[in-house]
Amino acid sequence: MAPLDGVFETAGADPLRIVTVGHVDHGKSTLIGRLIADLGALPEGKIEAVAEMCARRGMPFEWAFVTDALKAERDQGITIDVSHIWLSSARTGLDGRKIAGRDYVLLDAPGHREFLRNMVTGAAASDAGLIVVDARDGVQDQSKRHGFLLSLLGIRQVAVAVSKMDLVGHDQARFDVVAAEFTSYLATVGIEPRAVIPVSARDGDNLVTRSTAMGWYTGPTVIEALDGFGGLNPSADLPLRLPVQDVYKFDDRRIIAGRIEAGGLRVGDTLLFSPSNKTARIASIEAWGPQARRDHAAAGESIGITLDPQIFVERGDLASHDTAPPMLTSVIHARVFWLGAKPLAVGNRYRLKLATAEVPVEVQAIERVIDTSDLGACPIDAVPTDAVADLVLRARGLVALDAYATCPPTGRFVLLDGYEPVGGGIVDMAGYPDQRPLDSRKSTNLTAVAARTTRVMRTARNGHAGGVLWFTGLSGAGKSTLAVAVEQRLFQRGYQVYLLDGDNVRRGLNTNLGFSPDDRAENIRRVGEVAALFAEAGLLVLSAFISPYRSDRERARAASHSLIGEADERLFHEVFVKADLALCEQRDPKGLYKRARAGEIPDFTGVSAPYEAPEAADLTIDTGHLTVEEAVEQVLHYVALHFPMVGGP
Amino acid sequence: MDHLDTLEARSLHILREAFHKLDKLGMLWSFGKDSQVVLWLVRKAFFGHVPFPVIHIDTSFEPPEMLAFRDRIAAEWRLDLIVGRNEAALVGGMNHTIGRITCCTALKTQALNQTVTAGGFTGIIAGIRRDEEGTRAKERVFSPRAADGHYDSKHQPPEFWDQYMTDFPPGTHVRVHPLLHWTELDVWRYIKREEIPVVDLYFARNGRRYRSLGCAPCTGTVASEASTIDEIIAELIATRVPERAGRKQDQEAEDAFERLRAEGHM
Repeated sequence: MAPLDGVFETAGADPLRIVTVGHVDHGKSTLIGRLIADLGALPEGKIEAVAEMCARRGMPFEWAFVTDALKAERDQGITIDVSHIWLSSARTGLDGRKIAGRDYVLLDAPGHREFLRNMVTGAAASDAGLIVVDARDGVQDQSKRHGFLLSLLGIRQVAVAVSKMDLVGHDQARFDVVAAEFTSYLATVGIEPRAVIPVSARDGDNLVTRSTAMGWYTGPTVIEALDGFGGLNPSADLPLRLPVQDVYKFDDRRIIAGRIEAGGLRVGDTLLFSPSNKTARIASIEAWGPQARRDHAAAGESIGITLDPQIFVERGDLASHDTAPPMLTSVIHARVFWLGAKPLAVGNRYRLKLATAEVPVEVQAIERVIDTSDLGACPIDAVPTDAVADLVLRARGLVALDAYATCPPTGRFVLLDGYEPVGGGIVDMAGYPDQRPLDSRKSTNLTAVAARTTRVMRTARNGHAGGVLWFTGLSGAGKSTLAVAVEQRLFQRGYQVYLLDGDNVRRGLNTNLGFSPDDRAENIRRVGEVAALFAEAGLLVLSAFISPYRSDRERARAASHSLIGEADERLFHEVFVKADLALCEQRDPKGLYKRARAGEIPDFTGVSAPYEAPEAADLTIDTGHLTVEEAVEQVLHYVALHFPMVGGP
Repeated sequence: MDHLDTLEARSLHILREAFHKLDKLGMLWSFGKDSQVVLWLVRKAFFGHVPFPVIHIDTSFEPPEMLAFRDRIAAEWRLDLIVGRNEAALVGGMNHTIGRITCCTALKTQALNQTVTAGGFTGIIAGIRRDEEGTRAKERVFSPRAADGHYDSKHQPPEFWDQYMTDFPPGTHVRVHPLLHWTELDVWRYIKREEIPVVDLYFARNGRRYRSLGCAPCTGTVASEASTIDEIIAELIATRVPERAGRKQDQEAEDAFERLRAEGHM
């Protein structure tokens, strides 16, 4: 049969999965029950069985009982859990013409607030959505919340059914009011419905059959709107993402098993495994069964491969091509929908599952809690059940991931509290750097040359030990002012001291770096390494950079300690120059905040990029409450304590 | 990838999750069409191996053709077969004339729960599908069960993005459903494509065939002329007779099957 205009002939294709959502009692199950019946898809005897159930309860015929399979659902008249119904829209049109239609799985999701976890379970498994809004009640809390969640889950193909039109006398004016209100809400969450359809499920009006009572409506029926939805976007065009699910050694083969979540691969390709950063070539694609052996595979396939060389990989590793690797990060910025019974709070620890990786995370910050019905912000000390929030999570190690917008399958995760899944998250890493290039060592054939001039000798010559005072804080907090004054005073006291700041570092060493998150991270990495070298040379190094990311500062600390190699000595000292954002913005010594607020400077710390304050700074100088002289004295006192002059001049 | 490839890939993913996550895994094998497909998928997932025991819950009322088929496949595919029976109930003369639901509960549900406990299983793979029946339409892929096998349909965990609840408190177990997203038609199309052996009872003789297999006294045939897989597929495309129409225990009460499942039935 030839495909009809706007209708896809889909023999052998996957069915399109449609979730019906909306406020409790707005008629989702009724609509589905009637739709199935009108497409002639009810099994034999079902109508009679439903009629008998209704008669037993002394109630009129209830279409919802077709899908409300649990007795508790029928007794209470609500849907508790999501149901899956297979359906084809193949039918005969009014003109007697056969319409090919296509195959669907309809997921009938509950509207009751208490069962939001089941609604999310259904919606997350769907490709498109049908939101049902009662013509009498109009737009309600769950109508909005469900619309918001569809948008959050990446579902953009949506139709709206305004139900129970028979109860408002098929009134066009009432329909227009409800349609306008809901369409404008959906616009704020980025959804433009393909159709808004007045229906009466009880009478079958505008489901499959065009309503005669609502001749004023000329748009598509429900089934026409569903048939008009586009097909699925395969993730085969994205870069390769193959999460390692398991490693098998049932026989002489060592098989890496997993499902390709995006992209494709070929025998002979070099794979990069993250976060371990190891590479190996694909030696073969393994399979069992009548299908011939293949030399390539693509997104969606569950495959097995062997590697050459047989490097150690394990479940949780994420394979990619080395030309397009995932991001590596210990800080995860995400929008999370929270289904936990207990509120989510800063400091709470959860287990995060992303593809096949599982890592413990801690909630570092709650940036925003979103009221899903008016999209306003709520107090942010905790995230209540069923709310949506923007969070910063911190993992102990590095996690391989993508932004959801770039690659959905590796850009989303589930949070677990103990055994229980309690939330889902969509990754958004805008403003956060990739931590991979900083960790990868390109020169590996290095052998340390034993130094003949030791640190002890240098300390004796200089009269003090070498080390790093790492000043961090917002722009305008007073880092440079403080560091310049401290450098001067220490020099006067006979210290071998040198100040690293943006002026002397960016002029030469880092002239090739800009101000993107990645470049800023590389800038700080180099400063950390230079500071470590100077410290090893016996100098007391002061550095004055915003250095907003905790991971970057940790790396600078590690650089100092790895070169000098004595873990018991504290050579790296983090000095938090503290002042709140409002004060810094008021000071604005270089006029940068003003420009950032005007949108002239992208990724500006404190305005459009995060500042992660130290968790346990070695020294905190609160410039909001100290004069410059008092602040300088505090630092000098600290230096005298930790870098005392021995037998000095 | 066509639709069968998609279904298969998802099932392999589920089976591999279960095998990695669950210490003591077993698979229910009734040698019907669905469990034959699951077993085939297991061999695909694990590259020709079946790395856990298969469990037959033996009610002693299965048609003899099925037991012969069981023994042939178990030998050919080198299966580690466990046969679970509620011996006490069988010795006590349990049968369907006492009451179909009572009989099902004793010989299937209780036998299964006893086998799970005796074998220390933490995960049981079962080949149920959502399109079979209304309560199964609401099932999770990983469905937690209480220590006594009880299934609480009102408090199922959220399950999305193929991230399953794979960790459970001690004493509980989980049912794993790798075929949940398949339809009866998908199963037959896959059997045809992969040339999976199935028991002859599915093919029509004298105008009747079994659409769903179970104990002889409680499983009826449907009118059918379908004597090949192609004819079965053609019949399923056209029919409106539900798959479990021949299963008499489902028709005992409005929520007969729901109550059976709450006690731990598949």
